[in-house]
Amino acid sequence: MSLLSQSLGQLFGKKPTKPDPSEFSEEALRIHEEHRQRRSKSEIQAIHEAREAQAKNTFWRRRRWGILISVNLFFVASSVLHINALEGALTGSRFVGFHMADLNSALQVMLAFKQILINLLIGTITIALIWWLLGGRTFCAWVCPYHLLAEWAEILHLKLKAKGWAMDIKFERGTRTWLWLIFAVLAFISSYTVYETISPTGILSRALIYGPGLALIWVALILLFEIFFSRRAWCRYACPIGLTYGLVGATSPMKVQYHLDDCFHDGACRQVCLVPHALEITKPQRATEAHVDIGADCTRCGRCVEVCPTQSLTFEFKGLSKTK
Amino acid sequence: MSILKTSRRKFLKSLAFGSAAVGAAILGILPAIKGWIRKMRPPGALNEPDFLASCIKCGQCVQVCPVDAIKLSDLTDGIGVGTPYISARDQACDFSCDGLQCVLACPTGALTHEINYAHEAEMAVAKVVALSGCLAIKGEGFKGLARGADFDGKLRYNEIDRWHPIPLNEHPYDLESCDLCVTHCPIEIRYAQCEAGNPPSGEERQCPPEHAIRMKPLEEYGDHFFMPEILDGCVGCGVCEMICPVDPPVIVMEAYPGSGRVL
Repeated sequence: MSLLSQSLGQLFGKKPTKPDPSEFSEEALRIHEEHRQRRSKSEIQAIHEAREAQAKNTFWRRRRWGILISVNLFFVASSVLHINALEGALTGSRFVGFHMADLNSALQVMLAFKQILINLLIGTITIALIWWLLGGRTFCAWVCPYHLLAEWAEILHLKLKAKGWAMDIKFERGTRTWLWLIFAVLAFISSYTVYETISPTGILSRALIYGPGLALIWVALILLFEIFFSRRAWCRYACPIGLTYGLVGATSPMKVQYHLDDCFHDGACRQVCLVPHALEITKPQRATEAHVDIGADCTRCGRCVEVCPTQSLTFEFKGLSKTK
Repeated sequence: MSILKTSRRKFLKSLAFGSAAVGAAILGILPAIKGWIRKMRPPGALNEPDFLASCIKCGQCVQVCPVDAIKLSDLTDGIGVGTPYISARDQACDFSCDGLQCVLACPTGALTHEINYAHEAEMAVAKVVALSGCLAIKGEGFKGLARGADFDGKLRYNEIDRWHPIPLNEHPYDLESCDLCVTHCPIEIRYAQCEAGNPPSGEERQCPPEHAIRMKPLEEYGDHFFMPEILDGCVGCGVCEMICPVDPPVIVMEAYPGSGRVL
């Protein structure tokens, strides 16, 4: 199976599978064999220590939160100070006069309205190009205001869960694909942008820019659900926006790349990941190449990059960075 | 067997989770679908079903409005979360931007770019509903602040500042006979400018073809009794409702019907 079809399959909810022995490259086979042999007790001890130290590393998270907050505050400042630099909200905006439209919102409008105005088309293509270049779901981790709240809720969830006060219900990841389809079909047949009513991204963006409203209660309910019942449920199992951007980023040059040679398969990356299925490749005997790009569902949040004790996961921009 | 059972339970949980999301979304849009609530939309708004289909809920129309007439609806407003509306009594659209900035700002054409001038708008139907309270019909004048000191609405007065609207509570009146609804009507103001050979921005096309409102003399009562009469040129901007100094206002805007359409 090609990497792209695997990546898309996982995006739609397919479970990652173990590769067929014939799929491994010679180099990968050699490294896997080395990994099986080289682990002495002292080596493992050293990795455990490094892992504990590395677990507190928030290099990328701090930068990402900085950018996420800045982008959203740019919208707010532009509106409050009337500087007309970034007008509108995340669903649709104008950056110094140039149209931008959120891909999922634009899709909902096009399906419901069945007419496409040139401004909307320009905005949609612009945004599609930007997020293709930057990695697709990068939007989720680096811009979406709900993502930030959900990360805070997740920190709380993990603390409560450790004490036994919260549970983590796992849903089928394919639920998101079904919801994406249902909301697309609903927009088309009902002529209403039905998903926009419950989109926490749109609600939060507008609340920041135009002032809070009762719609925030809905956002609070989802967050409470995530804190007590299911870790990161909205982003993992529901949000059609995430799937749309995932599709856009499937062929993006911006990737997190996995380097098999350095990996000790200790799984620190999967524990912090929003989409751990995308990191199944880091398990022993999974990677078929020495360097493998993480799939389309990856939000390029950088959590795995910063917590990996052996730097086996790095940000790569195809054509710019030298592959190890 | 136990694996099957687990996966079946996971499937059912996922079904419940997904249904809750779809259910909440439909519930949120239901009042708009049913047309239970009607509100005035900004100038250029398509008919309600098309408007709801095309509005991307970005609020760019809100940001460009010089009098802050446009608000975004909340969950409880029942007209689609995040869609723009105007509450005329609080702040009407007085077209003080002249160029229909909200229409120009709309990225999706939910506010149609086919209109360019104030007189082409169709925002609501103005109705004279509380005539008994009207000062003019009682032959009374009006002195003071039209809406009191606490009112924070704004209007643009050409003679004071062509470019900047001012708060209504900084502009007291002293009228022998109350005709605020006529003298503040943006269409009437433009009509008068054009008749004086001085159209807005020097553009003939800005001239409204018809009168929108007048004070109709009630000669049978005496020479200083009048009543407001809505004419064909009215676009339903709501300034007359906003400026009316009595409570409840004599004229109110009635929004165009909601869709009332289910799927």
